Amino acid sequence: MSVHDIAESSPASTAPTPRQAAEGGSPRHRPGLLSRLAGRLRGGLVQGLLIVVALIWITPTLGLFISSLRPSQDNASSGWWTALTRPATLNLENYTQILSDSSITGAFWNTVLIAVPTTAAVVILASLAGYAFAWLDFPGRDAIFLVVVAMLVVPVQIGLLPVARLFGTLGLFGTIPGVVLFHVAYGLPFAVFLLRNYFADIPQEMLEAARMDGGSEWLIFRRLILPVGRPAIASLAIFQFLWVWNDMLVALIFADSGSQPLTVALQSEMRQFGSNIDVLAPGAFLSLIVPLGVFFAFQKHFVQGVMAGSVK
Amino acid sequence: MSVLTRTEQPTQTGDSGASARRRSRRRRITALLFALPTLALLGALVGYPILYSFFRSFFDADGSRFVGLGNYREMLGDPSTLTAIRNTAVWVMVAPVLLTGIGLVLAVLTEKIRWATAFKVLIFMPMAVSFLAAGITFRLMYDQDSHRGALNAMTVAAHNAFTDPSPYPGAHPRGTDILRHQPDGGYRTAAEARPGTSLTLGLVGIPPASLPDDARHPRVPADSTVPGHALQGVVYLDFSLGGGGVPDKVDAKERGLPDTTVQLTREGKVVATTTAGSDGRFSFTGLASGSYRVQLPAENFAEPYEGISWLGPTLITPAIIGAYLWIWTGFSMVLIGAGLAAMPRDILEAARMDGANEWQTFRKITVPLLAPVLGVVFVTMVINVLKVFDLVYVIAPGPVQQDANVLSLQMWLVSFGGGNNQGLGSALGVVLLLLVVPAMILNIRRFRRSRS
Repeated sequence: MSVHDIAESSPASTAPTPRQAAEGGSPRHRPGLLSRLAGRLRGGLVQGLLIVVALIWITPTLGLFISSLRPSQDNASSGWWTALTRPATLNLENYTQILSDSSITGAFWNTVLIAVPTTAAVVILASLAGYAFAWLDFPGRDAIFLVVVAMLVVPVQIGLLPVARLFGTLGLFGTIPGVVLFHVAYGLPFAVFLLRNYFADIPQEMLEAARMDGGSEWLIFRRLILPVGRPAIASLAIFQFLWVWNDMLVALIFADSGSQPLTVALQSEMRQFGSNIDVLAPGAFLSLIVPLGVFFAFQKHFVQGVMAGSVK
Repeated sequence: MSVLTRTEQPTQTGDSGASARRRSRRRRITALLFALPTLALLGALVGYPILYSFFRSFFDADGSRFVGLGNYREMLGDPSTLTAIRNTAVWVMVAPVLLTGIGLVLAVLTEKIRWATAFKVLIFMPMAVSFLAAGITFRLMYDQDSHRGALNAMTVAAHNAFTDPSPYPGAHPRGTDILRHQPDGGYRTAAEARPGTSLTLGLVGIPPASLPDDARHPRVPADSTVPGHALQGVVYLDFSLGGGGVPDKVDAKERGLPDTTVQLTREGKVVATTTAGSDGRFSFTGLASGSYRVQLPAENFAEPYEGISWLGPTLITPAIIGAYLWIWTGFSMVLIGAGLAAMPRDILEAARMDGANEWQTFRKITVPLLAPVLGVVFVTMVINVLKVFDLVYVIAPGPVQQDANVLSLQMWLVSFGGGNNQGLGSALGVVLLLLVVPAMILNIRRFRRSRS
């Protein structure tokens, strides 16, 4: 159905509405005082509703943050909201505590050691492959790319058992490189898809001109594709980083206690949830401070990435 | 091309056929080199596992015996897998619809406010947060104890605003000689009483410190002082700090139970109701002669309302879906918002000019025009929901994990979390893969169409 059809088939275009009749004049007149008031009122309702929604959305994070600043006996005996009226009871004790706990700080660094190389590898490999799929000819290119498109939605679960076996024989099981490799493989379909589509939109004349100049493909890739593709690459890098930083499932299986990231380390404290809030709340905050920083620093790219990945 | 002004090779003019062929062959080799690392990784860690999982799913737990479709049959007979299938179905039917719907409503509403950007950032923010952190956050929100869980604190407050909490939860008589337990949780005197007498009703089971501050020691009215048309008595705590009192007797340090509801019954029917004073004394007057019983109804002793058991077996899945909405609504809202922004304004304007009200414009124009975007959001969410693992694993407390089970969690439990049944695990993985095949086909079709 085209846009035109919809407008045509809408009864609104033929039947006058009650409001129109009440105003008693041509609908093209400025709205009367009454309807302006009604509009204001509705605007107020919308504002009010959205404020409520915003409050609902902020409450869980606020609760977590305040809990992370409260002594554990306070958390055990009263709700975090009681601290709103007694801010003096809040302190950084829990944070100094977990920051001096080597298992937590070690896990934090493991997270960095997993997320950064994964992101770098995915960006590099996907840029190369994306360029090849977009602009270079090789046998079976289009068919292979369709396979990549199909792989976009393959659940990681299917890879867990076979790859665990494979890594077992290769000695990669329980190591950071193993976790990284798995993440890279399952990040690649989306990455290649995103970058191939972005690179394919680069005007053909630009490439032809570069090739006429006699530049090697490597040179074209470095001097033309990478700079032009920077926005897409940035979105991809942010996404990939956040996915891996926030992952728990893959690390739960492929990392051992020495290579586990923060999510897995904290997860093991969940068993005694009630008595471990003084570790879990600041730990969770520690784990989300990096993603939140990335989010606020690169908000624009983040949103662009979401849209590039879906609306196509 | 300014980027290529300093090329290593001199520009060749007047290409000969041979050198063009050579160049195109070189380009082909470069292409393979560019794509090869990616293809190798995808082949080894995505392609091969898919084939292997299919193959492995036809063998038993340790892979020694071919069982055909046995693992798939076992799935349908195994109660915990069935729970997982049922819950996954609930997830797929509920979460994507809610996310698309809420996202649509918020996207349309934010168009009407000035602080739209701030609002969108706020709603979108949880997307950056790990499921683990979100899980911890919501475990805190959903805590059963209303002194700790914010949601139950609100539920209890709302509940208590409408019904008064019972004054003496858990209080009960010492024995059954004087007061007898009623099926509804209240107590009634064992013996019948006539007007002109007084009763002492002693209760125990609550600490003296829990009495209200104004509770006083009662003076028990002597039968002789009670008028012939009245029945009087005291309800008191038959225990005081330090102990040492005589059971069923109001000792010097013992205090009454103020505000206890006291009812008078005759032949099993309630004929009068009163409330004990601050010294626990009550009095019924204007009674016809006959025999009565006094009862202390259950409302005095009901356990306090404890709120909703969010993390209990019944509500656990809806509770986790709630947390999931908190995370993903921003995604749906931003995507739909982008679709809205790209919509031709003049059509909306034209409709409004023609007198369509907001609702008509929304339903007849906005929604149909947004249909493709809504479809994308919906399908994306279905795929994501099928794979939900972390959130369930983190939020559901150990004892209710089975009630919250979903396919991908079950797959993990069966293969790694103690089950160690790789045959069944592989079969579950295959089922998860088969479930996303429609989305796969959709993606391929969409991609082909966009290219042609």
